[in-house]
Amino acid sequence: MGKYVIRRLLQMIPVVLGTTFIIYAMVFALPGDPTAGKCGDRGCPPAVVAEIREQYNLDDPVPVAYVKYLGKLATGDLGENTYGIPVTQDLAQRYAITGKLALMAIAIEAVIGILAGVLAAIRKGSFLDSLILVSTLVVISVPVFVIGVLAQFYFGVRLGWFPVTVTSRNPSMYQLLMPAIVLASLSMAYVTRLTRTNLAENLRADYVRTAKAKGLTQRRAIGLHALRNSMIPVVTFMGYDFGALLGGAIVTERIFNIQGIGGYIFQSINHRDGFAVVGAVTALVIVYLIVNLVVDLLYGVLDPRISHD
Amino acid sequence: MTTTTQPRGRRDAQATASDYRPGPDGLLLEVDDLHVEFHTEDGVARAINGVNFDLHAGETLAILGESGSGKSVTAQAIMGILDMPPAKIPRGAIRYCGQDLLTMPDEQRRKTRGPEISMIFQDALSSLNPVFPVGWQIAEMFRKHRGMNKSDATAQAVRLMERVQIPAAKQRVRAFPHQFSGGMRQRIMIAMAIALDPAVLIADEPTTALDVTVQAQIMALLAELQEERQMGLILITHDLGVVADVADRIAVMYCGRIMERADVLELYRRPAHPYTLGLLESIPRLDQKGQELSAIGGLPPNLLRLPSGCEFHPRCRFVQDVCRRDRPELTAVVGAAPGRESACHFSEEVHRG
Repeated sequence: MGKYVIRRLLQMIPVVLGTTFIIYAMVFALPGDPTAGKCGDRGCPPAVVAEIREQYNLDDPVPVAYVKYLGKLATGDLGENTYGIPVTQDLAQRYAITGKLALMAIAIEAVIGILAGVLAAIRKGSFLDSLILVSTLVVISVPVFVIGVLAQFYFGVRLGWFPVTVTSRNPSMYQLLMPAIVLASLSMAYVTRLTRTNLAENLRADYVRTAKAKGLTQRRAIGLHALRNSMIPVVTFMGYDFGALLGGAIVTERIFNIQGIGGYIFQSINHRDGFAVVGAVTALVIVYLIVNLVVDLLYGVLDPRISHD
Repeated sequence: MTTTTQPRGRRDAQATASDYRPGPDGLLLEVDDLHVEFHTEDGVARAINGVNFDLHAGETLAILGESGSGKSVTAQAIMGILDMPPAKIPRGAIRYCGQDLLTMPDEQRRKTRGPEISMIFQDALSSLNPVFPVGWQIAEMFRKHRGMNKSDATAQAVRLMERVQIPAAKQRVRAFPHQFSGGMRQRIMIAMAIALDPAVLIADEPTTALDVTVQAQIMALLAELQEERQMGLILITHDLGVVADVADRIAVMYCGRIMERADVLELYRRPAHPYTLGLLESIPRLDQKGQELSAIGGLPPNLLRLPSGCEFHPRCRFVQDVCRRDRPELTAVVGAAPGRESACHFSEEVHRG
């Protein structure tokens, strides 16, 4: 186990180096002058241009500049964005919001998705099952920007149950609730279907028959013996989904004006804000790799047949 | 056949008093005119068509038959673990210590599973839950039926694992089913089934998935436990060899009916039903090496469309017109030892040879 974790952590080094280099090259080696348009229509004075070129190492070849960047990265310094704000400070602020939103979304999809999946599985073929199947199909087939805008209009504008947009830089859970539901909706549908399929299959498993033959209650035979086995793929899916959610949700963030990480990257790319993009993506890659490692470890805990030796 | 008059011995220190008392002659279980049907899209499959038998304490009854003859369905109907629907029990009674399990409230019946009637299955790997340690799965019996706490229940699990001769039981109590060999897994199944000291144990092809040497060990263990606890054992199998060693009585099933019933030695010596005769002849024999293996021609009929008259007549070599017309009842064989019954118009002739 310990060896496995160390091996996986070591494997992350080339992945992080590779992805950061690619993103760095893509931002800085592409044609076009990164200093252009920074000072409006009249262009920047030569002194300012020189300062920017110095700050971003633009006069060095890309590999050299990248190594210099890495050197600073190793000390935790991600540089400053074009507004002179340290990228680390930006990321900390944005990640607080994205993290909160992701946690809420994953909680919503877990609770509602698993519950709906279990209900559909134990009443397979019933009206309720069909209803759940059709509604999840609708959610899967409708794009998130449609769901988002519709939810915003009906529950925000018409009914006034939720704030229409998030106005705070430090939003409360209530403010984030509707965006979190919208964000969770697609994965919730997948979790429902995954739970339903797996549980329905496991209900026919021999060990469930054994559980009944042991004189256990129906509740325990299904709710513990069958469900525990059915949760293996579901939890794995939710783990990877959590990783994806931590990467930000550009569409949902824009609809509800949430200052999350997705919007930050989008904005920075638009402004050719090099250090902001590279810094944010590096953080994203590391978070995603760590979440993946945790999911893989969790998989071994959930299914003892998988060993990490 | 054992007809002990002693009350069922409750040998375990942990055993609590049972609400069920066997009959005066040790009668534990009576299956009376049991019918089971499966309602499918293609129609009604009549899996069990009037099965009768009884089981006494300390007795081993073997139910013999080929695949699809209704052996396992009978066992599952007794356990009450058939999925209903699609299964339905339109007629019949299953009496345990005089009480009909089929009319009993569900909750009361559930509580008989484990402490009173217990079952082991063919494939121990798929029958054990892959994500829980084996000790936990055995201990669950004590925790849920006896309300024992975790550590006491685990101690009991270790004791049982030792009883079924699992080496290093204490260390292996936390191991998972996939970490055991096939024979060891079946021992764990057995430990789980006998945990609460049941009066009736149903073993549904307990050795089919095992290799021959392990088969013998498992059968020996079952026989030993049965002797020790005076359990009534229903052994379901298609293996004539297994039956000969351990069973007291045999019921031969075909198409959801009992075709012949006899003491084990009697049946082997002189079968009184053409189906039994065919089964016995199909055993490979060393002294007939090189000759073609004899087999019963044809296949069992479709349960959706059972043949008229005797179910076996399309495959029977003694078939007459009467067999196509009238279904023979299970009756005593004229001129045979008492207790011998056969469902054949010509049982007497077959029995004479």
